[in-house]
Amino acid sequence: MNRANDDERALPDGGDGQAFDAPWQAEALAIAVALQDAGLFTAAEWAEALGRERNRAGLAADGSDYYQSVVDALEALLSGKAIATRGEISATARSWRRAARATPHGKPILLENDPQFGAE
Amino acid sequence: MTARVRALETILTQKGLVDPAAIDAIVDTYENKVGPRNGAHVVAKAWSEPAFADWLRKDATAAIASLGYTGRQGEHMQVVFNTAETHNLVVCTLCSCYPWSVLGLPPVWYKSPPYRSRAVIDPRGVLAEFGLTLPQDRQIRVWDSTAELRYLVVPERPDGTEGWPEERLMRLVTRDSMIGTGLALAAEAT
Repeated sequence: MNRANDDERALPDGGDGQAFDAPWQAEALAIAVALQDAGLFTAAEWAEALGRERNRAGLAADGSDYYQSVVDALEALLSGKAIATRGEISATARSWRRAARATPHGKPILLENDPQFGAE
Repeated sequence: MTARVRALETILTQKGLVDPAAIDAIVDTYENKVGPRNGAHVVAKAWSEPAFADWLRKDATAAIASLGYTGRQGEHMQVVFNTAETHNLVVCTLCSCYPWSVLGLPPVWYKSPPYRSRAVIDPRGVLAEFGLTLPQDRQIRVWDSTAELRYLVVPERPDGTEGWPEERLMRLVTRDSMIGTGLALAAEAT
């Protein structure tokens, strides 16, 4: 984070609305909580990983990239602990994107709808 | 981002490390079941019962747990009391550590880089942006939360609320007053 800049920036407005702007934000946070509940990492490890992401340069002053940092921290922790590699996560994400494109509007998106399902 | 999060959930479910039903339950908890009302209950009880306030001073984690509010990871709670001499303000300079069990999820500004930075170096300026101007002789004490220790501010009890039941007092306790960026509402507000 660029501290010198943040020292002067105004606080974001509002913050009294709903907790999440999109379902993926809630799911990302819930995954982080569930993994702590399961003992895969501690609250301190999580705070350290999230803190690393939230102290990078160029963060949005309005905090709108917070849940992006949550996902980045999750991926870093999981790959650091060899629970899931970055390649595995990227490949599965690509598969979900292809599945979304291949699924007719109004139908549930299933990973099996990926035309290359199981190929990657 | 949706695809990345779905990928994480898929991989972790396939490996048996998370249960999708548990993920849904956690989302439901944080969207619907925990929130500042829990903290307002703690504050109203502290105002009403000196013995509970003493318990909060000595062992806030246990006192708060006695009301059914516990952190998932066993994080400890410390309660700090505003007085005529001292105003308390809570921040997490590292990331977004926050007393979820009593306040729910943190507001957007709490997680923002400017708040995390400026609450420490210019607390009066931050409070002014929240519309709160304190007397110059009022000391401001800033508490930096960690993964292991979270803070809850007990604001000063508003005048004219003597004899009020807890339920009515709770309505005066705002979320911001328990972070320290506000005060409890005046008695006339209800």
